[in-house]
Amino acid sequence: MMLIPCPWCGPRDESEFHYGGQAGVAYPADPAALSDAEWARYLFFRDNPKGPFRERWSHSAGCRRWFSLVRDTVTNEVLS
Amino acid sequence: MTADRNLRRSPLHGVRDRLATLSGAITVAEVPFLAQINLRITRRSEPRPGGSTSDGDVDVLWLGPDEFLVVGPPGSEQRLISAYSGPEASVVDVSAQRTALDLDGPGVRELLAFGCSIDLHPRVFAVGDCAQTVLAHTPVVLQRRMSGFRVLVRSSFAAHLAAWILDASPDLTAGH
Repeated sequence: MMLIPCPWCGPRDESEFHYGGQAGVAYPADPAALSDAEWARYLFFRDNPKGPFRERWSHSAGCRRWFSLVRDTVTNEVLS
Repeated sequence: MTADRNLRRSPLHGVRDRLATLSGAITVAEVPFLAQINLRITRRSEPRPGGSTSDGDVDVLWLGPDEFLVVGPPGSEQRLISAYSGPEASVVDVSAQRTALDLDGPGVRELLAFGCSIDLHPRVFAVGDCAQTVLAHTPVVLQRRMSGFRVLVRSSFAAHLAAWILDASPDLTAGH
């Protein structure tokens, strides 16, 4: 079980959070101009690093705010 | 409202007598029908995050950066709505959403630790602090008060939480 630092509520149990996947995935500027392959790449393709990974979390059982953090996917250590 | 107040049944009406049998290490009492107002407003610095303020018979609990729960005595809904209404505020009566349980006694922190993962030691969770968290798999608002803790629990989860308290408390009572 991880202890996740919510920027508003402080360290809380992992079970209070929902995972939001990779952070910093920008919505396409002109979605209609994308080919099916490009749209699929935006929707479904994510990095899967072994090591530090910037990702979104929502403190759903607490303040219900979204935030980003960097987690090491090997050790589950929260880096920032 | 012209309804006869005597017809109202609090969410824990049915287990009130059993909760009253707890004594010694833990005492539990439902505080039914509290007026509760959900306040969404961006420009408000009090209470601080994770805290609450008390002014007379009204508590304001921090729920999020722009969200607060105003708790007052039964029947004060209109007074609170008038007091907090403003051009930049969303004020919603959510009194029926939750009921309150006041827990006290020397074993109360031990009881809560059975079902709640946050640190409730007074050094960390002092009088006035409040938190939205999970207690016995139930989303609750927890407030540390001068005497004990107040647990605000959704009405439909209240019976489960009461049953959990009744189940967990005898062990503690036996140990004290």
